[in-house]
Amino acid sequence: MAHAEHAATPPAILQEVKPAVLPRAVMVANNRSFSWITEKICGIIEGKTPTWWWVCFILACLVASFTVAGIAYLIATGVGVWGHANPVNWAWDIVNFVFWIGIGHAGTLISAILCLLRQKWRTSINRAAEAMTIFAVVCAGIFPVFHVGRVWYAWYLFPIPNSNAIWQNFRSPLEWDVFAVSTYGTVSVLFWYVGLLPDLAVLRDRFYASGNKLRSALYGFFALGWRGSNRHWSNYEMAYLILAGISTPLVLSVHTIVSFDFAVSLLPGWHTTIFPPYFVAGAIFSGFGMVLTLMLPLRAIYRMEDLITQYHIDCMCKITLATGTIVGYAYAMEFFIAWYGANPYEGFAFINRAFGHYAWAYWIMISCNVITPQFFWFKAVRENTSFVWILSIFVNVGMWFERFVIIVTSLARDFLPSSWGYYSPSIVEIFTFFGTFGVFSVLFLLFIRFLPIMPMAELKAVTPQADVHGGGDHH
Amino acid sequence: MAAPSYGLIATFDTTPDLYHAAEKVRDAGYRHWDCITPFPVHGLDKAMGLKRSIVPRISLCGGIAGFCTGMSMIWWTGAVDYPLIVGGKPLFSPMFAFPVSYELTILFTAFATIGGMLFLNGLPMHYHPVLKYEHIRRGMDDQFFLVIETRDPRFNLANTKALLEKAGGKNISELEA
Repeated sequence: MAHAEHAATPPAILQEVKPAVLPRAVMVANNRSFSWITEKICGIIEGKTPTWWWVCFILACLVASFTVAGIAYLIATGVGVWGHANPVNWAWDIVNFVFWIGIGHAGTLISAILCLLRQKWRTSINRAAEAMTIFAVVCAGIFPVFHVGRVWYAWYLFPIPNSNAIWQNFRSPLEWDVFAVSTYGTVSVLFWYVGLLPDLAVLRDRFYASGNKLRSALYGFFALGWRGSNRHWSNYEMAYLILAGISTPLVLSVHTIVSFDFAVSLLPGWHTTIFPPYFVAGAIFSGFGMVLTLMLPLRAIYRMEDLITQYHIDCMCKITLATGTIVGYAYAMEFFIAWYGANPYEGFAFINRAFGHYAWAYWIMISCNVITPQFFWFKAVRENTSFVWILSIFVNVGMWFERFVIIVTSLARDFLPSSWGYYSPSIVEIFTFFGTFGVFSVLFLLFIRFLPIMPMAELKAVTPQADVHGGGDHH
Repeated sequence: MAAPSYGLIATFDTTPDLYHAAEKVRDAGYRHWDCITPFPVHGLDKAMGLKRSIVPRISLCGGIAGFCTGMSMIWWTGAVDYPLIVGGKPLFSPMFAFPVSYELTILFTAFATIGGMLFLNGLPMHYHPVLKYEHIRRGMDDQFFLVIETRDPRFNLANTKALLEKAGGKNISELEA
């Protein structure tokens, strides 16, 4: 083994310079064994349903009913029940769509991009983050689908032969978006499921051993007969790597195409080339905000401190800081280009954002997105989990307002002053959006109750005892 | 024994034990054998003498098929089946067809990758002799198994058992087919 020979004869220079030993970050604290990991994660599913779960679940169902009611009323009455009117025909629906889809992006970033970059700390949070992605896409999809008005014609979005014999307009970025979001949803589900396969097999065998034949059969059906064969692992790991490799350009392209919905138009404030990278950074920023919002309570409730260590929280805070700062830079650069481009309409659009009728929204956006993440420079802040959690809420709020500012301020003050307007949401819109948090929570609660919230196989693989040369610290 | 034998199964407690045993079985020239591990063990492919997985080739085919599907669908629907001028733009251009083709490339690659992985692994297969092993639950949890099948030309109950014992295997027992 090249590795063994290397270890046997260290270069002579090393003895002279005595390099410092850089300790590797510990992924699973307290030197836990393989079976401890299995017991810890399966125990959540096998144990009795906790009372807090039922309380949260019922509460989440009640909140979700607001979306159901709002949508039922919209279908029965018409899309006019939302507050849209000329000139603002895209408003909360598209704001909410971009907000939710952006939240999903951190899940794919963690599962795909960090996998390619060999960031091992992703292992303990990637399953829950991927679940978050899927549920966020579900919530996002509700808005454009119902915004089409006659939702029973929503299938016209896809190139399915219809009785009018006409096809979709593929020149339109909105049609690109249909393909981007549906591909994103599909690939996210597939990626998640492939990751779940070995863990479903663990649950199958555990439920079989404990005599619960029904649950064993259910988990077993979806485990597809996984048996941990190394010949299978070989193909599996390759497939997983390729899925990570294709999800990386996918996640970048999805928010790029979402930004095309605006950037390809000719509206001042939308028609800018900075949108694709700016939207992607914003999406990752908001997504990490949501990951922190979800994972910190989970870590506390299930006593997961050995699996989600301070190191993990540090990493997430630092990514939030980096992407938040990129977003702040993008805000500044938009203003600079509006001035430098010397286009009076563009210049007006930005002055209007900061000092016009929607200035309140603009300054909420700036304070939440630019100022909040700067706290993460400080170690003391990152180590105070309650404070990190509060900051993560501010990030979520700020990113919602970012989309509101971009969409509504540009539309409300368009080219013709005679058509200017001021948009306010209707109560139906507010209820529908409020309810999506319930939809998301219902799905997420079901996930933490019935599926392993962390990938056991991947966690075991990053422990020191997984190393075939015994002890992984000298690699 | 009533049921025909599928092979011999041996248990190992640690990853290095399994790794070195796999090297010995590989060097003894066995072909129909396998390791059962709760997680992908880094380097075990080499110890087992496995070749690089061919999943990437299937993925590539899927990707090419996806890109061609996107381009030809947009060309055929927009420029052949129902030509309709919108905004004075051309009936077909690879420029505006690119985003959709790009997404379909990724979608088809994902399908091909997962389908290819399952096909190469022979999954779904809900029945397998290994899954009948009474301690299989530990193989999904914290133990490692090495299985040598009877159909291997070198398989010989006594010799194979001796090899597994020498390699450090514990609890060596026969698997029913």
